[in-house]
Amino acid sequence: MSIYVDKKTRLLVQGITGESGKFHTSQMLEYGTTVVAGVTPGKGGTETLGVPVFDTVKDAVEKTGANASVVYVPAAFAADAILEGIEAELPLVVCITEGIPALDLVPVKSRLSRSSTRLVGPNCPGVITPGECKIGIMPGYIHKPGAIGVLSRSGTLTYEAVWQLSELGMGQSTCVGIGGDPIIGTNFLDVLEAFNADPKTHGVVMIGEIGGHAEEDAADYIRREMKKPVVGFIAGSTAPPGKRMGHAGAIISGGKGTAQGKIEALLAAGVAVAENPSVLGRTMQEALAKTS
Amino acid sequence: MKIHEYQAKALFREAGIAVLRGNVATSAREVEGIGKELGAPVLVVKAQIHAGGRGKGGGVKLTRSPAEAAQVAAGLLGKPLVTPQTGPAGQIVRKVFVEEGCAIARELYVAIVLDRERSTPVIMASAEGGMDIEELAANHPDKIVREAFFPELGLQPFQARRMAFALGLGPPLLSPAVKTFLALARIFREKDCSLVEINPLVVTEDDRLIALDGKIDFDSSGLFRHPEIAALRDLDEEDEKERKAADHGLAYIRLDGNIGCMVNGAGLAMATMDLIKICGGEPANFLDVGGGATKEKVTEAFKILLSDPKVKAVLVNIFGGIMKCDVIAEGVIAAVKDVGISVPLVVRLEGTNVEKGRSLLQESKLAIKTAPDMVTAAKLAVEAASGA
Repeated sequence: MSIYVDKKTRLLVQGITGESGKFHTSQMLEYGTTVVAGVTPGKGGTETLGVPVFDTVKDAVEKTGANASVVYVPAAFAADAILEGIEAELPLVVCITEGIPALDLVPVKSRLSRSSTRLVGPNCPGVITPGECKIGIMPGYIHKPGAIGVLSRSGTLTYEAVWQLSELGMGQSTCVGIGGDPIIGTNFLDVLEAFNADPKTHGVVMIGEIGGHAEEDAADYIRREMKKPVVGFIAGSTAPPGKRMGHAGAIISGGKGTAQGKIEALLAAGVAVAENPSVLGRTMQEALAKTS
Repeated sequence: MKIHEYQAKALFREAGIAVLRGNVATSAREVEGIGKELGAPVLVVKAQIHAGGRGKGGGVKLTRSPAEAAQVAAGLLGKPLVTPQTGPAGQIVRKVFVEEGCAIARELYVAIVLDRERSTPVIMASAEGGMDIEELAANHPDKIVREAFFPELGLQPFQARRMAFALGLGPPLLSPAVKTFLALARIFREKDCSLVEINPLVVTEDDRLIALDGKIDFDSSGLFRHPEIAALRDLDEEDEKERKAADHGLAYIRLDGNIGCMVNGAGLAMATMDLIKICGGEPANFLDVGGGATKEKVTEAFKILLSDPKVKAVLVNIFGGIMKCDVIAEGVIAAVKDVGISVPLVVRLEGTNVEKGRSLLQESKLAIKTAPDMVTAAKLAVEAASGA
């Protein structure tokens, strides 16, 4: 088992004919993801990389039975693309696009709460269940099938963790990049619940950063409910307050969202917090050894 | 993106929020002219810089005549103003705002921010204006009233009324208060703001409600649809390197240390800074060249890093994923040759084709130290920086 995506995932690519959409579609196909459709308004009836292209998401879903979508649409149109996916009742929409105006996500989030769609992202590397389905922009081959769940607000930092896990012989059940924006569809808490309920996931690596309150909420859940060992890392201990550190959501404002506060919350919840990301793999190994 | 108080007040006025009469000036002579035009018994001269805490730093002064206003302005213009938010070097004052005075009966605080937990904007206000709002939020959260926007509709009139009553703004101030809160909410939504703040919002002795100060920050991701707001950008207020980096699509933030960092990905870039600190050094910057670093971006990044005279060593930390390590190594080598580098350079590569990448760096005969892991890389960079 795994969470969110597996062999049965039939993927639709919104923005398939754009430069980034096309490149990553080829990478996903190469990995073995079942890409059944693409959507680019005005290009319906054509094909890209052998994948049929439709004008609307609804059309694509009806004709191909797609059950997940990935959004590579430019920032100015991305919120609209997500809404189109929600309206077509897709169970999963993964939005890769970076730089979407923050307020565009306010109505999207509200619609999500009244729908059955799960949104992952925006501004995220995507979701991968190694060996089964890759949705997004992560380098597929660093992943190995296995029993560690990985969730993170950052892209390359996730790859670092996955690389170490794979090198140490610990494959991954599913890796979820939740995204670096202030408003995101799926939070740490949601993914932790899913990993907790997934019998194949035996341990979890969680990578957070400064800004917001999601890590503290996650810590609260871990303390109360988590049955599996969790290893954590929080980036940004040295980040100055009031400055956005690359990600729109990575900002300490009004003294809130500091790395120290998050690390303390995680430690209090029994999470093994790594002092630096290069020991995440080893820390997971130790945590697993303790439980077995 | 930040704007000045005088620009924020122009947006307030346009939206129907009451502000005092005033004008902006760049010279003492202009200040005197504005003072005469206003003809007010009290003239307030306010330094226009993007940092807050101007009052505490001596950047806001009450004067009694156009001549005195001009004299005060002459003392501010062209000189650095140090406030609790500028850092010790201060910020050069290039403009002052001259405003008529008013007799204040009460000071309030009102602001709108995006509430991440609720995923919608929230307006908050306090009857204790002029106080440090962060301190108030920490110690007396009960003294702050809040209303969350309806995600698809924004702030509603009943919410604005509820807020006004909670702040003790009954008739005759009820109607102007509701109008002010709704206008502020409209600005926030329509202009893609990340913060709007009036501190203080004052009740005058003759029962008027006036925005005595104004602060607006905009979401830079939303600027593409507001050219009129983008035009308000003041390049003088921005760090030159940060501006250059942004023009090349690089996320760069200048810090106080001496180890220049170049990393791909924001999370890894922060983690690299943290590690430098753990190893006893100080990062000179945050720099994210993006998840898929290209040779062009690496070259630009080197140029920006090396233009900082404080930098005594450079640490490159890159995880090669989609972009393979050998390609990145070639980019680094080309960039080093192109830019020329006089300080020690430590490179740590990990990921796909890492052996190929490392051997390319070694074979290049350039003075590049390669590190097998992040911790070693940070230690080498710290040593190099302290030895230089």
